[in-house]
Amino acid sequence: MAAKFIPHQELLFELKVADVMQTAVITVSPDQKMGELRALLRDHQISGTPVIDGDRLVGIISIEDLIDWLNSGGGEDRIRDRMTLKPVCFYPEMLLVHAIKQFDRSGYGRFPVVKQDSDQLVGILTKGLIIEGMLRRLSKELLDEEIRQYRASHIFEDIVAEYKEIYLTYEIIGKDFDRAGQGSTQMKKNLKRLGIRPDIIRRLAIASYEAEINSVIYSDGGIMIFRVTPFEVSMKVKDRGPGIEDIEQAMQPGWSGAADWVREMGFGAGMGIPNIRKNADRFELESIPGVGTTLTIRIFTGETEREHEAV
Amino acid sequence: MKLSEVVQKLSLQVVTGENNLEVDVTKGYCSDMLSDVIGNAEEGGLWLTIQKHQNIVAVGVMKALAGIILVKDRQPDENTITKAREENLPIMISPLGSFELAGRLKALGIEGD
Repeated sequence: MAAKFIPHQELLFELKVADVMQTAVITVSPDQKMGELRALLRDHQISGTPVIDGDRLVGIISIEDLIDWLNSGGGEDRIRDRMTLKPVCFYPEMLLVHAIKQFDRSGYGRFPVVKQDSDQLVGILTKGLIIEGMLRRLSKELLDEEIRQYRASHIFEDIVAEYKEIYLTYEIIGKDFDRAGQGSTQMKKNLKRLGIRPDIIRRLAIASYEAEINSVIYSDGGIMIFRVTPFEVSMKVKDRGPGIEDIEQAMQPGWSGAADWVREMGFGAGMGIPNIRKNADRFELESIPGVGTTLTIRIFTGETEREHEAV
Repeated sequence: MKLSEVVQKLSLQVVTGENNLEVDVTKGYCSDMLSDVIGNAEEGGLWLTIQKHQNIVAVGVMKALAGIILVKDRQPDENTITKAREENLPIMISPLGSFELAGRLKALGIEGD
C-alpha cells in the first residue's frame, strides 16, 4: 500500500513526521458546541480537528462525529460529548515510513503530532501533507541535480580560453571486486553533467567499465584518467603491473587469462578488449612485463569522421 | 509491453526498482558473462542471469537496461540490492531457469537481439 503512492521509497526512511507535518493547526476546545464545529469544518474545508484543553490534547473530532450528532437530532451537545478520547498520536521524530503504516492500518485520515512523552500538540499529519512533503523533497532533489548539470554543462561555454580540457581521475584497486566499476559509474554521471552527448557517454562508459574490470582482475591496481575537451573524450588506464606477456594473444576475442573463480563471477570471457575496441575511435594498448599496462582510447564528439578499426 | 505487465504475467518477485516498472520492454538477453552482456545486450532490454553480485548493477546501468531477472530463484547479494536501490534499477526474481523464462518472454512478444 505504502509503495503505491510513494515514488521514491528510500525517502520514507529519510523524512521524519516533523518534516512534512503542518504546525499551524486549527483546534477546538471541549466546551465548544457541536454547532460551532460544523461551521469551523466548513469554513476551513477540513474533515476533522484535534481537541485542546489549555495546551493539552484531550481528543480528536471528525466529520463522522458531526454526522452522528446530526443524525441523532443535533441537540445541545458539546464537543467533549462527541469526541474520540485518547487518539493515537505521532511524534515529530517518528520516521515517515512508520507513520504511513499507521495510516494504512487504522484507516484514519489525520493524526495529531505531540511532543514525545507529553500531550502537547505541535502539529497535524494527513495523507495529503505526506504527499505534499514528498513532492517538495523530490522536486528539490531534481532541482539540485538540474542546477549541478546546468553549472557543469556551461563550463565549456563560460570559461574562455584557446583550448579547454577537463581531467577526471579515479583510483583502481586491484582484486577489489566490490568497488570495481565505481569509477566508471561516477565518470558516467559527471560526463552527463558536463553535457556530453549520451551516445558518446555510453561508448566511453562501456570501454571504461571493461578496462576497470580488467585492471581489477589482472593487475595490482592503477589509475583511470578521463580527458574531456569540446571535440573528444579520451581515457587512459594505467596499472602497476604485472603487465601482459603476449599482447597479440591478449587481444584475441575469447582469450582470457582469468582464474576459475573470476570466470564464475561472469568475468574473464575474453570479450573485454574487443568490447573496448568496438567503442573506441582510437585504441592503443601497451604493456611492459614487470612494469605495467597502459590502455588509451579516444572517442571523437565533433564532426570528425569516426574511424572504424578492425575488431 | 510495460515491465510492470511482464512482472505480473510471469509472477516475478520485484526486489528493487519497484517504482521504475512503467517502462516499455521489447528486447531481452540471456547470459552469465558480463562482457557478453555489455557487448551484445540491447539498451532498454531485460537481462536474464544467474549472477547475483553487485557488478550486475554496474552492467545494468552502463547498458541502461530496463531490468535484471535473476533466474532459478537466485537471491541477490545484499550490496547488489543496495546498489540497485541507489540506481533505481529493477531486479526481479523468477523460480524458472533462463531457457524456460526466455521462452515465456518470447511468447509475450519480447524478442532476442
